[in-house]
Amino acid sequence: MSMVEKQSSLIFQDSNIEFPEKEIEVANIIKKSYKSSTPVEIVGSGSKRKIGKFLQCEKTLSLSKLEGIIEYYPEELYIKVKPGTKIDKIESELKKNKQQLAFEPIDFGFLFLGKSNCGTAGGQVACNFSGPRRFKDGSTRDHILGFKAVNGRGEIIKSGGTVVKNVTGYDLSKLICGSFGTLVALTEITFKVLPLPEESKTLVLHNLNISNAPGYLEKAISSPNEVSGASFLPINPICTNCKMDIENTFKLNDLKQKGSITAIRLEGSKKSIEERIKNLKKYLKIDNLEISILETLQSEIFWKKIRNLEFFSLSKNNILRIIIPPSECTQLIYELPNKFKYFLDWGGAAIWMEACDLSEQMYESIKKKVVKHNGYITMIKYSDHLPFVEDVFTINHVRFNISQSIKKSFDPKRILNPGKMYTGI
Amino acid sequence: MTNLSMPKIDKSTIKKKDIIVKNLKKIINPEYVLDHKDELKPFETDGLSAYKQKPLVVVFPENTKEVSQILSYCNSERIKVVPRGAGTGLSGGSLPLADCVLLCLGKFNKILDVDYKNRCVIAQPGVTNLSITKAVEDKDFYYAPDPSSQIACSIGGNVAENSGGVHSLKYGTTTNNLLGVEAVLMDGTIAKLGGKTMDSEGYDLLGLITGSEGLLCVITEVTVKILKKPQSIKAALIGFPTIEDAGKCVSIIISSGIIPAGMELMDKALIHATDNFVKAGYPRDAESMLIVELDGTNADVLELVEKVIKIAKKNKASSIKISKNEKERLKFWAGRKAAFPACGDMAPDYYCMDGTIPRGKLVEVLKEIKKLSKKYNLPVANAFHAGDGNLHPLIMYDSNDKKALEKTEKFGAEILKYCVKVGGVLTGEHGVGIEKRELMCEMFNNTDIQQQLKIKKALDSGSLLNPGKVYPILRKCAEEGRVHVHGGKTKFPNIPRF
Repeated sequence: MSMVEKQSSLIFQDSNIEFPEKEIEVANIIKKSYKSSTPVEIVGSGSKRKIGKFLQCEKTLSLSKLEGIIEYYPEELYIKVKPGTKIDKIESELKKNKQQLAFEPIDFGFLFLGKSNCGTAGGQVACNFSGPRRFKDGSTRDHILGFKAVNGRGEIIKSGGTVVKNVTGYDLSKLICGSFGTLVALTEITFKVLPLPEESKTLVLHNLNISNAPGYLEKAISSPNEVSGASFLPINPICTNCKMDIENTFKLNDLKQKGSITAIRLEGSKKSIEERIKNLKKYLKIDNLEISILETLQSEIFWKKIRNLEFFSLSKNNILRIIIPPSECTQLIYELPNKFKYFLDWGGAAIWMEACDLSEQMYESIKKKVVKHNGYITMIKYSDHLPFVEDVFTINHVRFNISQSIKKSFDPKRILNPGKMYTGI
Repeated sequence: MTNLSMPKIDKSTIKKKDIIVKNLKKIINPEYVLDHKDELKPFETDGLSAYKQKPLVVVFPENTKEVSQILSYCNSERIKVVPRGAGTGLSGGSLPLADCVLLCLGKFNKILDVDYKNRCVIAQPGVTNLSITKAVEDKDFYYAPDPSSQIACSIGGNVAENSGGVHSLKYGTTTNNLLGVEAVLMDGTIAKLGGKTMDSEGYDLLGLITGSEGLLCVITEVTVKILKKPQSIKAALIGFPTIEDAGKCVSIIISSGIIPAGMELMDKALIHATDNFVKAGYPRDAESMLIVELDGTNADVLELVEKVIKIAKKNKASSIKISKNEKERLKFWAGRKAAFPACGDMAPDYYCMDGTIPRGKLVEVLKEIKKLSKKYNLPVANAFHAGDGNLHPLIMYDSNDKKALEKTEKFGAEILKYCVKVGGVLTGEHGVGIEKRELMCEMFNNTDIQQQLKIKKALDSGSLLNPGKVYPILRKCAEEGRVHVHGGKTKFPNIPRF
């Protein structure tokens, strides 16, 4: 099918869109679709709708009006929300009590629209993408305590609760995280919340390269200093279509030098951070390196930009997300075409890459290399140049077969976001 | 003993025992197939020793291929399989069935890879929890989840039960510290889920099988995250004149933005029982007591200790003691860890419950327990993981008095139901197993349970893997569910609990 046809089918769906405001309405819509075997695309605010495979469903179910905070108990460290609740609304409510969603939800608006569009709680859970603190505090799936949802039969189901220690029944909260709406339509989500750190500071090591920066990041994370961010932004490769423009992306006065950035974040009380920076400098043996310290205000801006992928804002190229064992990142970068703009996050365990002039063949070849290094790759953003790939996500046949059985147990007629992740699921 | 309904015994399986044994001996080393009744005796129960049942046969496979072949064989012959790790579980998750092959993972006892660069350890499932920390502690690393039975419980069992420990609030339970597993499904399929990467793409099958109590697969390899040990750890021992004051102090510590590494609450009955038992130096005049453990860098810990002292003083603390050194810190914990044997000193028998409640409901729940204690005329001592809301009431009784046992059972069920009523859950860390199976409908309706059963069917179409556990067989919600301990003895009396 051509792109024109695909796009027109998306427009067609929008005229068939339903906006339930209550859980029972969600159940009734899906029940009806189940009876008539009508595929349904589930969306929130659409901020991450372009991630995954294109859907062609007769019906669209928008959860954006099933919205609002149900209950929030700061001393119990949880917040219960409806799926259409905007992430920024949740975050600002938590901020009033000096709390946060510690997994740092990514605002994909910068990537797709060039401005903030942070999406909904439901979308966040469905996609399970988490920011720079992931290696320390876990991802979305580690911060969801329970949920209510409607399965593919139109039945309202629940799992989990509001407490962190709970082994009553299968942990379905984890399973629905990152299932891209293919198992259930969420109607209620309980997030674990954590205290907001008082301050944040960033130790920047200047002018390292891909061969030595990951070593410093690994050492910092493996120290007892509770590092909560570890990224590397190189200055090369130089490519006309995707320029590495660290200076203009970040515009931070505290940076003493131009050139590559190896950034290590420390969060907590002022006293504690000072002690840990001192410890780290000694531990990393960096007397011979040029360093800068980003104070709280600039440190927060820096990590917000890293988290929200502002490095790739409004890019017209394909954006790839690669997850690998951190020790493999340097070797993998060496093996990939050296013209792609990228940065390392999670101490090298995550690589975000902007690939210009990417062909499907090249994408498959990169995927093979990533899999060889025991990682996986996701096509996060298509380009006009490469607007479609067969496998957006990575999977092997054993996991595919298990996933297909799981899908069937929730959605036997395959009506919920069919094919969003994998053909046949 | 309470009547427990288990899946119907398949007589044809019992009849063909000899053939089954012969075939299993073809798959694995014949010496590792046990079928004589005397050999089966040690395997008739696990940590929930009130329930006993000899299996048909016990097997000790030595590698993943053998596990796969055993499961595949049993699947095609429709023979039930019950997996077993160290057998320390407290909810009867590995209680055998008369017509089952008991699959023991005791031969899977090696640590395969210590990878400091990726901060993880790959271990076989039979390796004990503590051995993982032991393998990496020379480089000051450790494995965070620390169930109190960590010297004996296996890491595979930890994955099956999603084990916690006293540090769950800050460091999470097994599910938050697990990177990957190799697992074998009932049809013999070997699946590698996750690995050394932090995230896994596609459905989070790793999350699904963690805490699935051996119903979905048999785990044959585990990859866990390791962490660097904190620079400094201190514990504060704080006494309070009332339980309300202690409960309020817990809420205020959390609201003030402090996440303690551990926070334990004990009531007067338990303070006295444990202090008599190990002379931990607890405040005997206090109605309740908190142990607050704080960790981090030296400056962090000093700052946090100061904050906690300030909050405690504001909340009417009657005594505050801070550990001066590691020896004293461990002494503070020694009493808490001896809660089980200490109670054994006070009464011939006791039941231990395992509900989790919202922290703020603690006082309400403790008052209800006190009320029920009067109603049933049975003494109760309370240990509470206040940090994460996990409550362990210990009901004391004498099993020689048949009426007392019946009363205790009703008492326990009422406590768990009350936990659910105030927004909590049936089990925080011991698992459902057979113990709380019939109480599942207190938390879930039929649709919820049917969805979970459909997942079970998706991975084990014949319902042959660990059947009869977790999900109620009877429609009726029987009033049962606790750990039964006679004469102060559990199956492994020397292992610290909770």
